[in-house]
Amino acid sequence: MKVGVVRFPGSNCDQDAYHVFKDVFGVSVQYLWHQEESINESDLVILPGGFSYGDYLRTGAVARLSPVMKSIIAHAHRGGYVLGICNGFQILCEAGLLPGALIRNTGLKFRCTQAWLRTERHDTVWTSAAPKDRPLQIPIAHGEGRYVADSETLTALENEGQIAFRYCTADGDPTEHANPNGSMRNIAGVMNREGNVLGMMPHPERAAEALLGSTDGRFILESIVSAIRARAR
Amino acid sequence: MPHVKVYITLKPTLLDAQGRVVEHALGTLGYSRVHDVRIGKYLSMTVEGDRGAVERDVKEMCERLLANPTIEDYRFEVDE
Repeated sequence: MKVGVVRFPGSNCDQDAYHVFKDVFGVSVQYLWHQEESINESDLVILPGGFSYGDYLRTGAVARLSPVMKSIIAHAHRGGYVLGICNGFQILCEAGLLPGALIRNTGLKFRCTQAWLRTERHDTVWTSAAPKDRPLQIPIAHGEGRYVADSETLTALENEGQIAFRYCTADGDPTEHANPNGSMRNIAGVMNREGNVLGMMPHPERAAEALLGSTDGRFILESIVSAIRARAR
Repeated sequence: MPHVKVYITLKPTLLDAQGRVVEHALGTLGYSRVHDVRIGKYLSMTVEGDRGAVERDVKEMCERLLANPTIEDYRFEVDE
């Protein structure tokens, strides 16, 4: 299996993602330059965090026009796996691969903190390894992470089981107080209807080694690595 | 060459966090009668072509890139 980590001008979590797949999971990883048209047979494409194109105009608005995005959209439409983290989530929404949009946090603060996430489903390729009896602790670091969508879209997301994670308390309650950015319905991560594309504001790649304070991000990355290996068999 | 002014605003249903902070700041300066402050974007550009073509192109630009219809509204003016 091969993981491709996209690099846009302004990406800054690309090395973290590369490191975790290579050194923690021991899988083959390659960088994908945004100007290249090919994703070079990547089974999983990671759109990493950062500030692609300086977040000019809107977060992710310019990055989604990069040559590499054409191949990523085609990959997603073929059922290929795509994970957008933070700025990557914003890009996926701008590219139309995921519904909704991410706008400035209600409190206006750049929130850089550990967050608790309630896993909404355990039968997806992204969450199969996640514990059922407790939330995940995974850090966030963003100024524009407030997930918004119109009410029909939100209803459809709920009905289709597309909400992957919600911000919650340490006990797993998605309260208003546990919501770090004002996201509608405490949404921290959503999938497309087919479930092969996931976007999330929290950073699982920053929670994969005990030294960094939490290893809960591993559950998500482990889930998708197992899914790819099972598919290859 | 026609000069185009494009105004992009957050949909009225969405809370404008920046606008709320500016409103509060104006309040601290004593402007207590100010309400509903909202911050948008203004783009200025010149576009080649006759008025009809320019209007058609700018509308398309707004829909494809300049505004995100999920969260924003847009309007524009074309001056000869």
